[in-house]
Amino acid sequence: MQEPISTEEGFTRSAIKQLAVLGASAVLIIVAVMYLLNFAASLTSTNVPGAAGAVDLENNEISIYLREDPPQLDTTRATDAVSGLVLGHLMEGLLRYDENFEIEPGLAERWEMDGTKATFWLREGLRWSNGEPITAHDFVFAWRTTLDPKVGSQYSFIFYPIKNAEAANTGTMPLESVGVRALDDRTLEVELEQPIAYLDKLVAFVTYYPISEKFYKSTNDRYGADAESLLYSGPFTMSSWVHGATLRMEKNPYYWDAENIPLDAINAAFITSDSNTLLNLYKDKRIALVDLTAEMLEGAMQQRWHLDRFMDGSVFYIEFNHRPGRLTANLNLRKALRYAQDDGELVDRVIKLPGYLPAKSVFPIWLRGVEGTFREEYPAPESEYNVELAREYLEKAKQELGISEFPPIVLLADTSPVATIASQYYQEVFKKNLGLEIVIDPQIFRQRLAKMSSGDFDLVLSGWGPDYNDPLTFADLFASWNLNNRGHFNNADLDAQVRIAQNSMDPKVRMDAFGEIQNILFDQVVFIGNYERGRVYATHPQVKGIVRRAIGAENDYTRAYIVPETTTP
Amino acid sequence: MSEMNSISPAKLSVDDFAPLAHRDDVHGINRPSRSYWQDAWRRLKSNRRALFSLWLIIFLLAFAVLGPLVWQVDPSRQDIDQISQAPGANRSAEIVPEYTAWNGRVQPGFESDAAGPRTAADANSQAVRLIWDAVPGATALRLYRNIFAIDNELAFGLPIAEFTSTEAGFYEDRLDLRPDTYYYSLVTLDQSMNLTSQYQELAVDVRRVITLDEVRERELVAADAELAVGDQVMLSFHPMGTDYLGRDILARLMSGARVSLFIGIVAPFLFVLLGVAYGSTAGFIGGKVDQTMMRFADFVVALPFLLFMILFQVVFGIGPGESGIVPMLVALILLSWPATARLVRGQILQIRQEAYVSASRLLGARNYYLVLRHMIPNTLGVILVTLTFAVPSVIFTEAFLSFIGMGVAPPTASWGSMSNEGLATMLTHPHELIFPAIFISLTVLAFNLLGDGLRDALDSRMRSLE
Amino acid sequence: MWQYTFKRLLQGLITVWFIATATFLAMHSVPGDPISGERAATEAIRANLAARYGLDKPIGEQYVIYIGNFLKGDFGISYTQQNRQVNDIIREHFPVSATLGILAVLFAALGGVLWGALTAIYRNRLPDTVIMFLVILGISVPSFVFAALGQLALVNINNFFGFSVLPVAGWGTVRHMLVPSLVLGMGTMAYLTRLMRSSMLEIIHSDYVRTAKAKGLPAERVFLKHQLRNAILPVVTVLGPAIAAITTGGFVVELVFAIPGLGRYFVQAVQQLDYTVIMGTTVFYGAFLVFMVILVDLLYGWIDPRVRVQ
Repeated sequence: MQEPISTEEGFTRSAIKQLAVLGASAVLIIVAVMYLLNFAASLTSTNVPGAAGAVDLENNEISIYLREDPPQLDTTRATDAVSGLVLGHLMEGLLRYDENFEIEPGLAERWEMDGTKATFWLREGLRWSNGEPITAHDFVFAWRTTLDPKVGSQYSFIFYPIKNAEAANTGTMPLESVGVRALDDRTLEVELEQPIAYLDKLVAFVTYYPISEKFYKSTNDRYGADAESLLYSGPFTMSSWVHGATLRMEKNPYYWDAENIPLDAINAAFITSDSNTLLNLYKDKRIALVDLTAEMLEGAMQQRWHLDRFMDGSVFYIEFNHRPGRLTANLNLRKALRYAQDDGELVDRVIKLPGYLPAKSVFPIWLRGVEGTFREEYPAPESEYNVELAREYLEKAKQELGISEFPPIVLLADTSPVATIASQYYQEVFKKNLGLEIVIDPQIFRQRLAKMSSGDFDLVLSGWGPDYNDPLTFADLFASWNLNNRGHFNNADLDAQVRIAQNSMDPKVRMDAFGEIQNILFDQVVFIGNYERGRVYATHPQVKGIVRRAIGAENDYTRAYIVPETTTP
Repeated sequence: MSEMNSISPAKLSVDDFAPLAHRDDVHGINRPSRSYWQDAWRRLKSNRRALFSLWLIIFLLAFAVLGPLVWQVDPSRQDIDQISQAPGANRSAEIVPEYTAWNGRVQPGFESDAAGPRTAADANSQAVRLIWDAVPGATALRLYRNIFAIDNELAFGLPIAEFTSTEAGFYEDRLDLRPDTYYYSLVTLDQSMNLTSQYQELAVDVRRVITLDEVRERELVAADAELAVGDQVMLSFHPMGTDYLGRDILARLMSGARVSLFIGIVAPFLFVLLGVAYGSTAGFIGGKVDQTMMRFADFVVALPFLLFMILFQVVFGIGPGESGIVPMLVALILLSWPATARLVRGQILQIRQEAYVSASRLLGARNYYLVLRHMIPNTLGVILVTLTFAVPSVIFTEAFLSFIGMGVAPPTASWGSMSNEGLATMLTHPHELIFPAIFISLTVLAFNLLGDGLRDALDSRMRSLE
Repeated sequence: MWQYTFKRLLQGLITVWFIATATFLAMHSVPGDPISGERAATEAIRANLAARYGLDKPIGEQYVIYIGNFLKGDFGISYTQQNRQVNDIIREHFPVSATLGILAVLFAALGGVLWGALTAIYRNRLPDTVIMFLVILGISVPSFVFAALGQLALVNINNFFGFSVLPVAGWGTVRHMLVPSLVLGMGTMAYLTRLMRSSMLEIIHSDYVRTAKAKGLPAERVFLKHQLRNAILPVVTVLGPAIAAITTGGFVVELVFAIPGLGRYFVQAVQQLDYTVIMGTTVFYGAFLVFMVILVDLLYGWIDPRVRVQ
């Protein structure tokens, strides 16, 4: 029989005992529920949890991260960097870039250009990851599909140098008339509107990759949605893709160069964009590489990590609204703004990341010129930080515009961290030096673009990343016909120079044209350069051979390999 | 005893009796009469935690409203020389001439026969100018910079420049130079541009400097002070340090207080007002009208709060230069009123049946009189408590929205957006996160404790026995 | 009982319809263009994209199609991931958020009840003070600070022990579930602890408990059957809204711990103006919450016989 409750103390003790029992059972319940839920989850999905850490020497694989779930692995529609990274490992095109950004043979073993015709000869014995042969027809199908107006690809413009491509894309001509055909299974013939010098650079771009027509149709409109709905032509296949969680790439045995691919598998074991999380994962030895923010540098140095940097290729600038009737269409105002800011200060003291360079020109520093780099051969005109001069130009602008005080000027910007910092920085600089009231308009990416297109801004923080390794990808940015020229800058000289660069085959002539364009952009203050972006990153000491690129896949692990632990870095 | 026996009842007459003196205090009430509110206030005062929280709230309000009058620093002024400075850090600087571009020449006084990298001019926060001689046998060179000495682990630090010519060279480093000792290494690269273990090291001490123009412009000294190159000045004082753009954190906290407290107090006030009006109307009228009104309130309650909050933010949009406070306020109000309405309606339904209501009605009271004078005051307790618990919830919501980027627009500061920005620098400059987070926590704590205290004081039924 | 249930379910359906309509109106009032991209597209392409998503039709027609599809369970295609169905997105990611949410609620409820009871028993003594201090921390620290600190702690723990005690981020095994759900449930647990404490204290001093003790009932019966069971009622009442808060607040935890949940997808969809994902997720969550609340109300009726009579 139980004891009757005699004392408060006794009651308390007994209550605690019961609580303890309840507590223990609560713990058991929770553990049981966890296992149950995990079991249920494993029945419905093929989740592959984070593997054996950043480096698995035994299985010859590494673990990396992705900043987001690749939104589009259908090469006809891919536009973003993460998809580009993944596709760069899963697929290959006619040509590709080597470690020095030079073009080398890819699926095509040789090619010839002759006026408006270019011919590519594919290697022998090329196979898709299901064993089917890769033929020239696959390229024809892929290019036509991208140009199909019903597909609505945002990168269809990259085919426009090809004959009838633009017409087919706007629906005025049939797809079959596009200037690409397969002479036979291994020969691809491309006909251009005009001879261009940079075709080889173009065809290395991800939109030019081949797609198997048979496979594409068999996926019933779900091509690219899953690991099973893709066929692979590159060094790796995707063996599993759990959306938002993990992505696993395994060596493709059918790849023509498989014996030169050191790794057996790459695990994208974490998909997140939170930089603190990524740093923690790297510290915990779960991922082999991590990009660092400026705040993480001190900790990285303290941990004695080996750090590298590279320029990721993009250029960022303040773009003006050049539409007639807007304040910023006035050249003196633009000059005033340029002289009022010190382009080194933003990069050196506010952003503070090695790898960032002040953008002195729309052409980044790594672009090739005739023989050396473009900027060596055609140095960018120098501006200076001169507040008095800036104020003089401001006065001139006021007189020309017939106003006594400037109204608030709208600075449109993204919501990304760097854009937020930069916009607030410029707001303060222009207020301090010129007494101008700058009003920040933060918009998400899509809205920012929409507002740019409709001309609803005065200044905008904008940028451009290269599509191919030729200055033309930057030079035509401000050509009057370019839809990406959202500021509507219109200058006949510039247009003429762009046409020369597009149509000439002579490298010197083209580079001269680019040099001219650079001068025009400077003289007309078409934009104010902010920075050329770079990254600082840390790599696991046992992983070597990772290539980081300004063009193409941002991280290239195709030549990466693992070294055993005892080797010193 | 014998005297008693001597008075017999028959001997008593009227004259034997006299009235007692009139005493006013016999039937008096010995304690002052108190109303419900005075009683509640007394109970509240005796609750130490509630009192403490009341003082805390008053302090926070004073901080927001009176603070900027005391600490008159512009919250958006960027002190680029003191970015992310911790509170109490050294802020002295030496005056130097204006910066001019460098052409690689060695400054007088810095000539040296030493080989290897060396400074070609005075090393200060404006620039560190290095030169070095040709390195034999190297294909290329890379310059690294570290804040720790290079040891045998060969951790060189940050790669800041690369040189493909191996002739004698020079480099000017202007990257984020702080008063510190920097360890530069010039490392030889091999044919494939990989690091070898050959390097040359140089330790450089950097001092903080400033130009005469900047001193004048920032009004760091009195207007008539005589200054020359070589003098020491003190940079502006920041009691709580600065943020990632060199802005004074105390000033930002004050302007952020205005935003956070404004939203945190006005929003609950308004939506409680709305809820009271709606709920008392519904409860008072009753019947079908009540049913329909409550159904509508249920629908609004069922909307997933955070999701719609975000949606509203996106829909109302934030115009250029606007701070985004008003859309957030509107969204909060539109989504939060139903809970209060339900609560008030429930109370009103109960009170309707009380005797004093019927009595009052019999005496000829109009409906609005009944509602305003009898019913609502009796629900005030519940309303007040809801109000005080709503404030912390709104403040948290604002902080959360800032975390996902849907909060106030820059450069407006709020405690939530400051916390979010501080998260990025949590490891190296924790003060940027700690201060706003503390203020959020204090506010939330204060209102929670006050709410508890009010609940205890106002409603004996609801009283907790803590 | 059944009548009541049926009535509530019917109301629930109407509520969900209301949610769907409100979301539709909200989305279509947003300024901006869901189909624009970084590389400007020609008119022809934009027209084709618009046609694909049915954006070229008048709004009334779009609404009818939308509701029709929604009744069939088809939420359309995502704008950013153009070959993924929104249904697939919800189907794959909701279970993850649900798992996280269920565990967080379990932690919060069980933890809250137990800690609250403990503090009530040890009232004003050391365990009470310690726990209440932690509770105050729990209700006054924002969730994203918790998550960041939690992850930092894990890194240091793993470092200290030299092996991976618990994963720092990620999802897939039981060990991955522990810390994120704990962090997620922390705030609610603190709140429930307080609630349970005041509820218990009220009951400890109530008449029927004193009677039971005086009657000489054994300690177990008094404690369990009377005190605990009755004290739990207020906790169950707030469980409905607590579930709501946890389910939609999972975003922070999902981001910091790299968990592929629906909350993270939703916020990303908002940041990229992915109409279909936004609408599908909102309606789905709304429906889920509505039915969760109904469930909890029914549960409450089951526990408290006084309510059943209604």
